[in-house]
Amino acid sequence: MAQTLQQTPLHDRHVALGARMVPFAGWEMPVQYAGVIPEHRAVRRDCGVFDVSHMGEIEIEGPRAAKLLQSTLSNDLDRIRAGQAQYTLLTNETGGVVDDLIVYKLDEFRFLLVVNAANRAVDYRWFRDREIPGSDVRDVSDEYALLAVQGPRAFEHLGLPDAKAFTFAEGEIDGIVCMVNRTGYTGEAGCELLVMAEDAGELWDRVLERGAQPCGLGARDTLRLEACFPLHGQDITPETDAISAGLTWCCALDKEFTGADPLREIKERGPDRKLAPFVMEERAIPRTGMAIDGGGEVTSGTHSPMLDRGVGMGYVPAPDAKPGTELTIDVRGRPRRARVVKKPIYPSHETA
Amino acid sequence: MAATESYPGELKYHREHDWARIEDDEAVLGITWFAQDALGELVHYEAPAEGASVAKDESYGEVESVKAVSDLISPLSGEVVAVNAKVVEEPETVNDDAYGEGWLIRIRLSDPSEVDSLLDAAAYRELLASQ
Repeated sequence: MAQTLQQTPLHDRHVALGARMVPFAGWEMPVQYAGVIPEHRAVRRDCGVFDVSHMGEIEIEGPRAAKLLQSTLSNDLDRIRAGQAQYTLLTNETGGVVDDLIVYKLDEFRFLLVVNAANRAVDYRWFRDREIPGSDVRDVSDEYALLAVQGPRAFEHLGLPDAKAFTFAEGEIDGIVCMVNRTGYTGEAGCELLVMAEDAGELWDRVLERGAQPCGLGARDTLRLEACFPLHGQDITPETDAISAGLTWCCALDKEFTGADPLREIKERGPDRKLAPFVMEERAIPRTGMAIDGGGEVTSGTHSPMLDRGVGMGYVPAPDAKPGTELTIDVRGRPRRARVVKKPIYPSHETA
Repeated sequence: MAATESYPGELKYHREHDWARIEDDEAVLGITWFAQDALGELVHYEAPAEGASVAKDESYGEVESVKAVSDLISPLSGEVVAVNAKVVEEPETVNDDAYGEGWLIRIRLSDPSEVDSLLDAAAYRELLASQ
């Protein structure tokens, strides 16, 4: 029962700020400080900072590191140069999604993978089991902390120049050196700062002083859902394939990787079900696991602070995934109407 | 946003964190400061219909925050004579004023003797302290 939760280097700072701490993927993490809604709005309008140090970092190095990654990850690594990053999937033999992650090309022979906290061990094992001579796989998660600074004014607050999305460079904030990644999970501009674990506390303090509002995992979830970014473990899993999830764009089906054959087959014949974003037409909040009439299921649902309505994503029979289709969701025994919309659910500065 | 913690002495309390203000043969019901604080900002109130009957210790509706859903447990039995439409429109009213503007329903009591089974403010505070 008494499972020991891991703590990030910022744990005591979260507690001091009055955060509500909750267990998440084996970690004790802040779910909110001032409240999910004000934190969400701060990111959409100005700037928020999230401690996402629970996420895993795996480094793969060697003359054949690229070969190992090309044969295991869905996206085409040859499309990025050193200094660029790429959203990609780790797929299994049936085309299911073992994890979704971002790969950073440090140089021709060195890659950093930022993976979901809950999948860190599985991913590490996955790469270790497929290691080839000339590729060295290391879990370096404990060496780093990761702060996501997100919002239309994120760079202004940090005193850093904006950069092209999915690029990264070494940077410095008030003398603290970190890797500045032009990535995020909110649909807003901003960056993720990868910093040595021992410097994390000071960096966090400086970022707050510069005017970023501390934000918890609650707002992170509502923001990513408005932006229609899938959450692994809910919207995408080892049992759901990348094509049905609408992630064909990051599957290079013209190359060989684990699961490429079944994915080509699914794309060819068309998926039976598709992941569709929707907005409630009646007052109700959809939740994970609720049934959708006609054989569908809600995989993520929440209250959208920007639309002030229930919103979500779920798998529905392919013909029902067309924007405009009316859905009926079983909200604890009450049928409630929703409508399929185009991605994203809320067009932000970045995703519009 | 939310008001500071309080448990007014003139109210009766149910252990599921609901309060009742007894007014002759009627009662106004709501959730306590503790309940709204645990839930966070409310974003939905699924209210019963006027005229519906509610039973002591049973659910008469739901409130939801961004993250969670909570059943509303009736401290007393009776018939719903009014629903607070303001809370249906603006559920966050409960966070701002749980015992005033944030009331949820008014019922006509079917068994006023049930009131004796409820906690007073001191007993409810003790219950919170023990949890």
